[in-house]
Amino acid sequence: MRLVRLADQDRPEITFCFEGAACTAREGDTLLTALLAGLAGFLRQSEFEDGPRAGFCLMGACQDCRVMVEGQGRVRACTTRCTAGMRVRRA
Amino acid sequence: MKVAVVGAGPAGVRAVEQLVRAGLRPLWLDEAPDGGGRIYQRPPAGFRRGAAALYGLEAKRAQALHAALDAAKPAAEWRPDTLVWDVTWAEKRLHLLHQGRAEAVEVDAAILCTGAMDRVVPLPGWTRPGVTTLGGAQIALKAQGCAIGPKVVFLGSGPLLWLVAYQYMKAGANVAAVLDTTGFRRKLGALAGAPHDPVTLAKGLYYVARLRAAGVRVAEGVTPLAIEGEQPDAISALRWRDAAGREHSTACDAVGLGWGVRPELQLADLAGVPIGFDTVQHNWVPQRDALGRTPVPGLYVAGDGAGIGGAVVAEMAGACAAQAVLDDAGLPADQKLVNRLQRRLRRQARFRAALERAFPFPISLAATMPDETILCRCEAVTAGELRAAAAPEGPHGAAPEVNRAKAFTRIGMGRCQGRVCGAAAAEVLAAQLGTDAAGIGRLRGQAPVKPLPMPAWQGESA
Ligand code: FES
Repeated sequence: MRLVRLADQDRPEITFCFEGAACTAREGDTLLTALLAGLAGFLRQSEFEDGPRAGFCLMGACQDCRVMVEGQGRVRACTTRCTAGMRVRRA
Repeated sequence: MKVAVVGAGPAGVRAVEQLVRAGLRPLWLDEAPDGGGRIYQRPPAGFRRGAAALYGLEAKRAQALHAALDAAKPAAEWRPDTLVWDVTWAEKRLHLLHQGRAEAVEVDAAILCTGAMDRVVPLPGWTRPGVTTLGGAQIALKAQGCAIGPKVVFLGSGPLLWLVAYQYMKAGANVAAVLDTTGFRRKLGALAGAPHDPVTLAKGLYYVARLRAAGVRVAEGVTPLAIEGEQPDAISALRWRDAAGREHSTACDAVGLGWGVRPELQLADLAGVPIGFDTVQHNWVPQRDALGRTPVPGLYVAGDGAGIGGAVVAEMAGACAAQAVLDDAGLPADQKLVNRLQRRLRRQARFRAALERAFPFPISLAATMPDETILCRCEAVTAGELRAAAAPEGPHGAAPEVNRAKAFTRIGMGRCQGRVCGAAAAEVLAAQLGTDAAGIGRLRGQAPVKPLPMPAWQGESA
């Protein structure tokens, strides 16, 4: 899945870390935006081996978008702001 | 007197406004950082699009609500980023979570303005990355300035389908098709001659006309078949059947889907408010009177969380619920305002009923979904597994209602608590047992209404 940045994208770039690799996002991105407008493709593997998942509701209801953030544990990517220096991995 | 208002969307804002006007300082809890609800959610700081770009024809209304929201914040005990995850109303206690810390507060009364989320019908492939709800697609654009993919198909039924598709087209996204599962005749039949709100209707027609004029492929009365992809983390096409029975495959990288919305009523449920099936909107809704009083003393509901009415209705309902709180507490209420709002609400309810007839929940689509379809995306339970739970020859005998089926199959037991699959699961089970959604029951709410972080996970290194 790839989000397309369409409007309001002239925000300062920030750097964060996903699965050990440095990635860029824009200030104000949610983690979901930062990862899926980047090259992550998906957020996590379903624990029932039915394939990757990348969120669904984007409003904090379905709980499908969880990722792991160092120091915070499991969070919803759609309601968590991506901040500079964040260390993120798939949940 | 301590009154809590849960939610800062259209209903919550107008409820707080009225309480403040009466000299109270309500405790105002909202899960989001900045209020506005889903419909008038504002992008974070640093985004520069104006109200006209963000809210289109609703810009004036959005701006007015934001002004009221910002004016009410300092007059209330405003606590954003705060999840209410349980209500134990015997002690009139709300259980909160803020920045990873849990806390309980006691109040005298509470107005629950918890809003709604998309109502969906699963189809094969809907768990693939690239598929979102219509509401989710709208939030991506509004709050993040992003389209859910380079080439998007919108699928479903109801006013939001056309609104979101229009907003995407206007923002410069590539909209491959808008596929409406409701046939044109059905809509026309329901709306012609029925009492309606001409402004809302005109807006809807405007969106459809603009999409057609822009050359977007539009089809009505379609049957969606499957969302397909070559890679596991991407989709490549939506397969569907047109009203004449011909099969099509529309190439796309993303699908936004939804069939109306359903109330987020978990907190009302936990507080002990009786929940009944509303056959007009085909949703479970908390029991309440015209002003939003529930049978549980001190507990009020307003906005879409109290039954779907949309943002305009939510604003009026929020104000009415606040007046009911004042009246019940023996404080002076604004009876003139209540009378005026009640007249308008009655008119809106008639229009709403026509709208629900025009865009009915596609029961047969849900009931006939293929066995292999993942129905519950949290627990990866298929429609076939649920049907098996209804069979009398199964290991436990037939599950006569949805909570037994949950125990047998784990459907609705996952992290979303059946918010996403509940409506469709009920139809699958009902069809299997030869009853209807009202007869099959609903998944009971459970605390916490959303997962709480476990301290054990904190500090776990990435
Ligand atoms: S996408 Fe549904 S909770 Fe994040």
